[in-house]
Amino acid sequence: MIKAILIFNNHGKPRLIRFYQYFAEDMQQQIIRETFHLVSKRDDNVCNFLEGGSLIGGSDYKLIYRHYATLYFVFCVDSSESELGILDLIQVFVETLDKCFENVCELDLIFHMDKVHYILQEVVMGGMVLETNMNEIVAQVELQNRMEKSEVNQVI
Amino acid sequence: MALKIVKGSIDRMFDKNLQDLVRGIRNHKEDEAKYISTCIDEIKQELKQDNIAVKANAVCKLTYLQMLGYDVSWAAFNIVEVMSSSKFTYKRIGYLAASQCFHEGTDVIMLTTNQIRKDLSSPHQYDTGVALTGLSCFVTPDLARDLANDIMTLMSHTKPYIRKKAVLIMYKVFLKYPESLRPAFPRLKEKLEDPDPGTDAEPHLLCVQKLRILIEDSDQNLKYLGLLAMSKILKTHPKSVQSHKDLILQCLDDKDESIRLRALDLLYGMVSKKNLMEIVKKLMLHVDKAEGTTYRDELLTKIIDICSQSNYQYITNFEWYISILVELTRLEGTRHGHLIASQMLDVAIRVKAIRGFAVAQMATLLDNAHLLTGNTQRNGICEVLYAAAWICGEFSEHLEDPMQTLEAMLRPKVATLPGHIQAVYVQNAAKLFATVLRKHEGETDSQAAQETSQLLIDRLPLFVQSANLEVQERASCILQLVKYIQKLQQKNVEVAEEVTALFAGELNPVAPKAQKKVPIPEGLDLDAWINEPPSESESEDEKPKAVFTKEEHKHSRSRHTEVDEKELARRREVRKQEQANNPFYIKASPSSQKVYDAPGVEHIPVVQIDLSVPLKVPGMPTSDQYLKLEEERQQKEKAERKKKEKKKKREKRGKERKADSGPESEEDIRPAHQVDIVTEEMPENALPSDDDDKDPNDPHKALDIDLDKYVYSEKLPVRTHRPEVLKSPAEDRVNESIPQETKKRSGKEKKEKKKGKEKDRKIKPTVCWFPVQKSSKHKKKKQKKEKEEKEKKKKKRHHHHHHHSDAGGEDSVQNGTVEEEEPLPPMSNYSLLAENSYIKMVYDIQGNHQDESKVVVSVIFENKSDSFLKSMEFNVLDSLNSKLQRPEGAGPHDSLTVPFQLPPGVSNEARFVFSVQSIVMPQKLKGTLTFIVKSDESSTHEKLDFKLHFTCTSYLITTPCYSDAYAKLLESGDLKGSSLRLEGINMPFHHLLARICFHHHFSVVERIDSCASMYSRSIQGHHVCLLVKTSDQTVSIDAKCDEPSLLGNVLDEIKQTFSKC
Repeated sequence: MIKAILIFNNHGKPRLIRFYQYFAEDMQQQIIRETFHLVSKRDDNVCNFLEGGSLIGGSDYKLIYRHYATLYFVFCVDSSESELGILDLIQVFVETLDKCFENVCELDLIFHMDKVHYILQEVVMGGMVLETNMNEIVAQVELQNRMEKSEVNQVI
Repeated sequence: MALKIVKGSIDRMFDKNLQDLVRGIRNHKEDEAKYISTCIDEIKQELKQDNIAVKANAVCKLTYLQMLGYDVSWAAFNIVEVMSSSKFTYKRIGYLAASQCFHEGTDVIMLTTNQIRKDLSSPHQYDTGVALTGLSCFVTPDLARDLANDIMTLMSHTKPYIRKKAVLIMYKVFLKYPESLRPAFPRLKEKLEDPDPGTDAEPHLLCVQKLRILIEDSDQNLKYLGLLAMSKILKTHPKSVQSHKDLILQCLDDKDESIRLRALDLLYGMVSKKNLMEIVKKLMLHVDKAEGTTYRDELLTKIIDICSQSNYQYITNFEWYISILVELTRLEGTRHGHLIASQMLDVAIRVKAIRGFAVAQMATLLDNAHLLTGNTQRNGICEVLYAAAWICGEFSEHLEDPMQTLEAMLRPKVATLPGHIQAVYVQNAAKLFATVLRKHEGETDSQAAQETSQLLIDRLPLFVQSANLEVQERASCILQLVKYIQKLQQKNVEVAEEVTALFAGELNPVAPKAQKKVPIPEGLDLDAWINEPPSESESEDEKPKAVFTKEEHKHSRSRHTEVDEKELARRREVRKQEQANNPFYIKASPSSQKVYDAPGVEHIPVVQIDLSVPLKVPGMPTSDQYLKLEEERQQKEKAERKKKEKKKKREKRGKERKADSGPESEEDIRPAHQVDIVTEEMPENALPSDDDDKDPNDPHKALDIDLDKYVYSEKLPVRTHRPEVLKSPAEDRVNESIPQETKKRSGKEKKEKKKGKEKDRKIKPTVCWFPVQKSSKHKKKKQKKEKEEKEKKKKKRHHHHHHHSDAGGEDSVQNGTVEEEEPLPPMSNYSLLAENSYIKMVYDIQGNHQDESKVVVSVIFENKSDSFLKSMEFNVLDSLNSKLQRPEGAGPHDSLTVPFQLPPGVSNEARFVFSVQSIVMPQKLKGTLTFIVKSDESSTHEKLDFKLHFTCTSYLITTPCYSDAYAKLLESGDLKGSSLRLEGINMPFHHLLARICFHHHFSVVERIDSCASMYSRSIQGHHVCLLVKTSDQTVSIDAKCDEPSLLGNVLDEIKQTFSKC
């Protein structure tokens, strides 16, 4: 299971948070801070796996993350998830974002947090991996966007 | 309508959207908090508008603010509104917000059930998809139970997109509502073989040699994964991994902490008797080098873990281990002092052979204590002194110079240690004192003994002044004792023996599960009477209360008379035999002290303490020397073995050569100390089974269901209204009491009965649910009858939101009744609201602590006619005090649509939220239900008037209260009293209490005979306390509450409840 997905930038500013287990807001912020602290002090040439976050999960959990330009994509997962699988999933997610936003950059995430969520919802559901095929994800996202557009047109 | 839309769009032009909000926040970097608070005010205004687009926009912005750490749960109701929009665009905004901030404690979740069901069955797949996605994040046990059936249906949806989501979400449903697993299993199994939802199977994996290549790779991820895979293979093929020890030790030097930790983890599984010392030596080197306390502490715990795993299985030389522990004490600023301390204690107590050595080491540690107390930063490590002092005291007979240690323990600097350690110091100083006295006994010159007494009398006052009570108390007791002893000494009285007697007895280790593991010896009947049973006449006098209790009495009588004197004598003999064999019985014979005689201790050099080098523990042997010794020993043994082998080989010459390069087998290594700590701590005939090792907190434990046992008629629960749901706990007890009576007949029968009982229990969930809505058309009459019967018999079960009324029911059993009392009659909290020839409405009102101004009215609508009832509209004429909560934008007189239709004979429940201001007075609200009766030919519009009665009781919530808190509350004097007398109450006391608990939401705090104290709390936090007494047929209730008028009304209502009986 995936317990949480956090996206934050090089300064620890959250760009998307998605917890699959309930934490109160202040705890969520604490977790973001801790995770940022753990992840940001690591060099870029070390591995992408990290154990020992104290606030979320405990010993059974690990952080799997990737660092792209200004953003960290961090997945907090339990031992039932495959490390490589999640690493791949992050890549798929980011490539999907790239396709949907056309050369995605941090600003896209900042201004369209809702859209990022909708894309993520097609990848992970309730902490479980839903779809890993990028084309399928993009197709579903676009169909839903089209539906939204047609509704807007109706109103106008 | 058109105007409304235009107006809406104009409004929207001025509203901020998400992008504007984000931009605004970015432009207000200096006063971000202030800016956001104005934005939240705007959002609150927007949420008040009728326009759903405006609301959705506001909710979308809230979702963003939630990410920044703002609590947006106050908008939960608005989120539900947006979720229920018919437009996909808004619906998905609503569901997203809900999935980000709803959780099991969110009370409006209960309002979403019908909306979610509607969305799940929507013709648009994305409505369904969005609902499934949202639900997967905030599913509660209630939602899981109510929607399990709908989701099951979706597993056969035409669209793979939906099927896939439905299958995934079932997992969450099972976790929240495990009862649904069994009936869903066959279909789930089928779906998991569904070819469409493509889940990647991950390739597994490679041999260890290949892994070595991975680990040697420069790519850190590969290295990490290689180590991870190694640890998986280690479990099955430990030998093949062990040969790569070098590589793994090398990884401890990696710059990447993740890799280092992985390697450490791997080492834990790799150690053997042969390589433990070597591995730990490497780890100790790393401890020295480690930068940063986190990694160093991790190393420390790992060293201890590695050494202590499976009862010190791999330790061949405990002297070495004690030395390692002592070396670890030089770690500055570690948090794990207590860990080292507990290891020292554990080893010293359990490994008897090592006590002499351990005591010597601990004495040196105590002598060096100044090293440890010098810096408060190193506080964590001073915990080891706790162990050191205790070991020196408890096993003081091993001390070479107890006087010196005693002196060390009473140094003034000790007073700077934490209190709990000082306390141990003081107590063990007394033990040492006893030892010193004994040592000097019989000497003609009593000078030394008297000096010791004087030392204590001089030093102890320092501890008597301690701020720590424990230290103070122990010190002053011991001081007085020593003073008294000194007096005796001066009279030349021999005291040593008596002083020693204070601390007599050896402490034997006992395994934590030992007691449990002792099998019940044959012939021992735990149910048999120990004393003579009460005579027949006595028990008759006592009370022939209920029917089945009397029977039980008879039963036990008839059984124990069978046990005659001979039998008793025989059993006693058996028991004695058992005790003799049982190591846990402290036997009369004194246990012999083992004298330590391991070689090498005498050679330990005791060097003068070097104060200038605090990082070493001077005067201590280093663990390295043991490593050398061990190597030598092994070398020797090996040589001997080789000699033997050569002999053998010579005999076997001509045959194939034995490959000798592989690692030696474990059996070849003999431990330096023969230690068998485990069997010593367990009873001889302990049972090997270990079924209690399962983690009780494992969330997946609920799913531990045997799916192979297929129960034919199982169906998923369908949402029905509560009175059908189940059995009162009382009835449950009746059922259970039946096997109890028969239980004692014979062993075999008993077992069978038990099995039967378990089966019953497993099947139970299926009995309590039956599909109402589906089969209703076909068998409505039969079903109705069934339902009525059930309603009479049974009572509701867990229902999350109505939790407190349940608790009332349970409480009444737990607190109100004692075993021998008769079962409770069935009770229901639902009272009639209104009824005509078409429809019957019953209702119940519940509050909760989360919102002091809201109550929820649950109304069950039952269609009594043969026609279809639809378009039900529920409306209430609000008063100033109590108002029906209507959706945002609705007028104050608008009616609410009941979210379902009723086919003939079917009933369903709807909930309405009311806001109330004052709760001290009961209130009645007039209301009307309008509905359309639709039969084949015609349809008519009907209405039914009703009066909703908000009693003061409905504002009370069953709240447990401990008796001490209760007493404090009464003593506080803030409560005002009132009282009530009920005459002619003809029911058992526990029934009376149960009724008050159930109907008036109280809980029993304490019950003594015919007197009970009870407690409840209002939604606005008023405390209501009752003292209920009964004698003959009169019940007197003395009551106290911080709100007199509320109390008066509650008492009136209680009076009414009992006037109806």
